[in-house]
Amino acid sequence: MSQRIRIHGGRVIDPANQVDTRQDVYLADGRIVGLGHPPEGFAAELEIAAEGQLVCPGFIDLSARLREPGDEHKATIASESRAAAAGGITTVCMPPDTCPIIDTPAVVQLIQDKAALAGQLRIQPIGALTRGLKGQDLSEMSALKEVGCRAVSNATAPVANTLVLRRALEYAASHDLLVIVRPEDRDLADQGCAHEGPIATRMGLRGIPYAAETVAVAQVLALIEHTGARVHFAQLSSARALRSIARAREKGLPVTADVAIHQLHLTDEAIKDFDANTHLRPPLREASDRDALRDGLRDGVITALCSDHQPHEPDAKLDAFPATEPGIATLQTLLPLTLALVEAGTLTLNQALAALTSGPAAILGLQSGLLSVGNVADLCIFHPEQPWTLNGDTWLSEGRNTPYWGQTMKGRVTQTFLGGVRVFELNAR
Amino acid sequence: MTSGDLQLDDRGQLRHFLTVEGLPRTLLESIMDTAESLTSVTEQTVKKVPLLRGKTIVNLFFETSTRTRTTFELAAKRLSADVLNVNIATSATTKGESLLDTIRNIEAMHVDMFVVRHAQSGAPHFIARHVAPHISVINAGDGRHAHPTQAMLDVFTIRGHKGDFSQLKVAIVGDILHSRVARSEIHALRTLGTREIRVVGPRTLLPAGIESLGVKPFYDLDSGLDGVDVIIMLRLQRERMSGAFIPSEHEYYTRFGLTEARLARAKPDAIVMHPGPINRGVEIDSKVADGHRSVILQQVTHGIAIRMAVMSMAMRHDAGEKTA
Repeated sequence: MSQRIRIHGGRVIDPANQVDTRQDVYLADGRIVGLGHPPEGFAAELEIAAEGQLVCPGFIDLSARLREPGDEHKATIASESRAAAAGGITTVCMPPDTCPIIDTPAVVQLIQDKAALAGQLRIQPIGALTRGLKGQDLSEMSALKEVGCRAVSNATAPVANTLVLRRALEYAASHDLLVIVRPEDRDLADQGCAHEGPIATRMGLRGIPYAAETVAVAQVLALIEHTGARVHFAQLSSARALRSIARAREKGLPVTADVAIHQLHLTDEAIKDFDANTHLRPPLREASDRDALRDGLRDGVITALCSDHQPHEPDAKLDAFPATEPGIATLQTLLPLTLALVEAGTLTLNQALAALTSGPAAILGLQSGLLSVGNVADLCIFHPEQPWTLNGDTWLSEGRNTPYWGQTMKGRVTQTFLGGVRVFELNAR
Repeated sequence: MTSGDLQLDDRGQLRHFLTVEGLPRTLLESIMDTAESLTSVTEQTVKKVPLLRGKTIVNLFFETSTRTRTTFELAAKRLSADVLNVNIATSATTKGESLLDTIRNIEAMHVDMFVVRHAQSGAPHFIARHVAPHISVINAGDGRHAHPTQAMLDVFTIRGHKGDFSQLKVAIVGDILHSRVARSEIHALRTLGTREIRVVGPRTLLPAGIESLGVKPFYDLDSGLDGVDVIIMLRLQRERMSGAFIPSEHEYYTRFGLTEARLARAKPDAIVMHPGPINRGVEIDSKVADGHRSVILQQVTHGIAIRMAVMSMAMRHDAGEKTA
């Protein structure tokens, strides 16, 4: 139940409204009803002290796999909703590669029902671009849109036939649906499991070349010029692909891009000891790529940071490196690793929080991601300096597959509100 | 944890033998010296020493092999160990058992050493991280990553013929991309201070960034062999034709096959090596393979001594820890 809440003494940062000031925030009926001063007759039922902390819109994550339906042995919507809330995330986009695949309104509704039941997180299911993600027939995009999908994607499955890709982009454009592309040419990636370069060569790992990403981006960019579709490139890994997208944006093409937070910290140096927790797709690339992606975020070519959360059961990572499943669990490290970019001088605090709030909201066309009076009260409060250690006590995701396990990070969420309801409170368990 | 840390114990003794990369030169020399002293054993009428009596060694082969498995088995038997051959390629994992479960089950039989061959790069590293502390893991070839005992027997053979590595030019010819042997040889030759290491092959068979390993790439066999002391030919697997790496066996032989005429580009006393099994008429002409410059069969013999050396050294670590 939403209460009348006063959050007092915090530093409120709201990038969309260019706000960075110490002021009280008043919530009632699930909405923000006052900033700085309460509406007339407001009597708080709950007072929350936020002195020394930051108050900002809840984070919007453009890609997180919650593993339900289909892979409940890895994680569930309920378990990952808890982890998201503990990470200050109030909205996640779920790629369509669940089982069953999100290519019918029924699956969208199933996910929405599960999310409502968990009650800690908004989930935006991304619809399938092609039926069954098979890259052959178009999905019923209009029906998917009617039940709430704002975007369609073929996730990690290829659309090998360029004519199908063209038609899919055209059809999505005619329904004003965003198309999310995780750029990777399947043939060039050739069952690789690491960035093609000196380290993969040394380790004898099959490489995924830069061209796997640049060829896919170039192909889609050419089709955007032809179809006018709005395309969002997800989880970039290379400086080269970033440059192509920057040029396309300069030309005025309707394209946006995001990057997964770990790509801004780790490089292929991290895989050297065959640590399966560094087996990612797209792979970790070179320091020059990481630096270029950081610059791309600072310069506004990339406008969102995502978690690319992929929780796994332990067995998925207990094998020889190439035989393990790629991906890391990241919902709770999204904020601390983003704040580390501020500390490194790459981003201002405002830019960093914009990439977690207003940036992704604009890409999806959401009305959230900001703290205006009258808006839905999705927000979080965090302590930017507070250290915490990733361990069994602090970690809420079912997936413990992270190379950061056991490490200490700075930046801890203390409270998260979803529609004016407190869905996470530190130490409240 | 780096591979070096995983492979060596606190006193710098060999604990596992997973890769040549990162091991100190003194250790490589010590392996060769030990092999040298064990060579006499294999030449006696009673070819046995009691170094590993009472120890159980398991040959865990997830990929088929004749030569490597046989020489590991012989080496273990000549050290008086009990040997168990487990061929997993046709066993448990095809029934869906995980790699870790397979290891746990065999470990429960109280064994002392795993000799592992696996199609996936990094599998022996994974096993070494998860076995009980008293068990040693020897890599008998993993994916494209490493084949350290093969590299050691190769440098042992080179040392026997040429002595000082600092004066040598070595050419490794063929499918470097898929070759764990080439990678381990490069690390061993580098660590031993080899003057020049060349890799020779078409660009489709040379992996990205190979120069970073300290080698010079050549895309043409004649210039690649010019003035070298040692030629190591690699096997070209027939399935490479279908993978669009090369157009045909015929074209490959014409451009990269080692013939007597091509051999003339190397130094007059150059030796010819091959890790086997050889494809006559694909990467090497029979006249060269069987010629007086070929040391291919010596390599096989040396394989037993090197494997005896590595196994006894890794076990010494074990004994040392127990008495400590």
